[in-house]
Amino acid sequence: MTERCLFVIGASHHRAPLEVRERLALVSEEGLRADLAAVPGLREFAILNTCNRVEFYGVGADAEAAASVQAAYCARQRFSADEFERVRFRMTGRDAALHLFEVASGLDSQLLGENEIFGQVKEAYAAAQSFGSAGAVLNRVFQKAFQAAKHVRTHTGISSGRVSVANVAVELACNIFGSLAGARVLVLGTGEIGEGTARAFRSRGAADLAVAGRRIERAARVASGLGAETLPFDERDARLADYDIIVCSTSAPGAVLGASAIAAAMRRRPARPLLLIDMAVPRDVESAAADLQNVFLYNLDDLAGIAEQNRSAREAEVAHCRAMLAQRADGLWRQLQPHLCSADASAGTPGGDAAGQAASP
Amino acid sequence: MFADLSDRQWLWGAAGFYAVGLLLGTVSLLRGGRTSGAAIYGAILAGYLLQFIGLGLRGHATGGCPLGNRFEIFQFTAWSAITLYLVVGVTFRSSVLGYFTSCLGAALTVLSLSIPSWDAVRRTHIFGGNRWIELHAALAMFSYGVFGLLALASGLFLLRHFSLKSKHVGGWFSFLPSIMDLDHIEVRLLGAGVGILTAALAFGWVYWSRDTATVGHFKLAATVAVWLAYCCAFGLRIAGRLLARRFAWTCLALFAAALLSLQAVDESRHPGAAQASERGLP
Repeated sequence: MTERCLFVIGASHHRAPLEVRERLALVSEEGLRADLAAVPGLREFAILNTCNRVEFYGVGADAEAAASVQAAYCARQRFSADEFERVRFRMTGRDAALHLFEVASGLDSQLLGENEIFGQVKEAYAAAQSFGSAGAVLNRVFQKAFQAAKHVRTHTGISSGRVSVANVAVELACNIFGSLAGARVLVLGTGEIGEGTARAFRSRGAADLAVAGRRIERAARVASGLGAETLPFDERDARLADYDIIVCSTSAPGAVLGASAIAAAMRRRPARPLLLIDMAVPRDVESAAADLQNVFLYNLDDLAGIAEQNRSAREAEVAHCRAMLAQRADGLWRQLQPHLCSADASAGTPGGDAAGQAASP
Repeated sequence: MFADLSDRQWLWGAAGFYAVGLLLGTVSLLRGGRTSGAAIYGAILAGYLLQFIGLGLRGHATGGCPLGNRFEIFQFTAWSAITLYLVVGVTFRSSVLGYFTSCLGAALTVLSLSIPSWDAVRRTHIFGGNRWIELHAALAMFSYGVFGLLALASGLFLLRHFSLKSKHVGGWFSFLPSIMDLDHIEVRLLGAGVGILTAALAFGWVYWSRDTATVGHFKLAATVAVWLAYCCAFGLRIAGRLLARRFAWTCLALFAAALLSLQAVDESRHPGAAQASERGLP
């Protein structure tokens, strides 16, 4: 069999700041695909292009194929080769496979353990398959990466808990209501944070949203953007009992929801819990509401605290995940090694890569 | 080889599988991963089948439903709870409920197997050959199993409620079902338990009304009190007067009271079953 070398070359958020990544990002991959298909000796390739990384996985006839890919990319993107050299990383053989495993598992993500990257890697692979640039080696490496990522996400806590304040609020709602399809959400305040949280609720299945703000025009505009109804701000106390989740983010100088109004609302709906998400500073909800039966009140500090706990819990899982993935990468490499070139074999141990390899981020 | 096993050996096997389910869940939780619902469900199912064989052998030997002493009552209650879980657990896809069911199964079976005196003596012919009164007893015990599962769901509700009120939602708490899901499970289990116990008492009443001397006053009072208490709890819950944490605590307290009432049931005597026999069952 003809010898081949597995490699990955690219740049990610670890070494490339946002302003560089903006210039690195490929608006369209089609032109570059055609360029890469013409690179001599490049047998297989796949492009992973996200807001945090541009990476090229390839199988070449020799170790120089990676350099050819880099040159083709810089030329197509009109990106300085010297600048790319400063921010790029390159890995070969087993380390390249392990890197893909870690990327697909969310271990290499800016937001540790995030799930979106898994779908992005799948799309990258599907695009390579569609173009016909994924062959026997990349097929195997990507399939194993998907298996490894699923295993890690299922058997460790790397993806457990939410790490953004809005998603923590949604997760709390799920802990109370299960499915959000039947939950009614009222957003008090029309600021960015309230709107963002409302979008997070919408994305998780909340179908019935209403927005109330002190400026009715602004509230109507936000409601329209969310596909929600508008509620006059003055009617909030009277309509409180109609809602299961209330997100408060007004800039009012004092509380806009009193404990007595909430207690009155709960008397009208005693069997259904009420979740109050108070993201305002100063707070919008009187703290005495937390003592009411079936009422769950969370302020901004509470949400931030939970997000931080989840982040720490994920970080505590990293070493365990890396060990699991390394084991799987070793297993894959044992299968692939006989068919790949000797340059890869030397890269089988960390630090064994050729010159130019950046430290694994 | 298996043909030589006694009913108690089968029941020990069942207890072992319930303990395996408990162990799997505990190890998984301690390692921070989600409990494997399929593995726990499998362990519980295996335990259930072994317990079914053990209780079947016991019932075959005694010629009726095995409810002749405290050991058998505990075993039957555990079996009833597991029966229901095997249906409810699939519906709600709650691995945590499975974990706690394996706790309940292991606790009730190991406890009853570990105290030989509970099974040293058993009353014979406790149903006086009457199939209706046997059905009454079996249904009543089955309802206790349902109430056992209800107590578990209530315990989970209190844990979930505590986690949300105290704002500790990460780690182990993240595997708990939602408050609303648990509340729905509680209401359905309570309704099912009340229905089954009502049917049991109806069968018993038909028998008792023909000869009121057949049932001891203490047993009668204890059984009716348990039934009334559960009916009241159900009525108050439906009316929206007993909710959330208070409802869950009530279900837990009622199950404790129901277990205590088993003493009265256990000590009751059917006139034709007054004699106690040393256990000499296979």
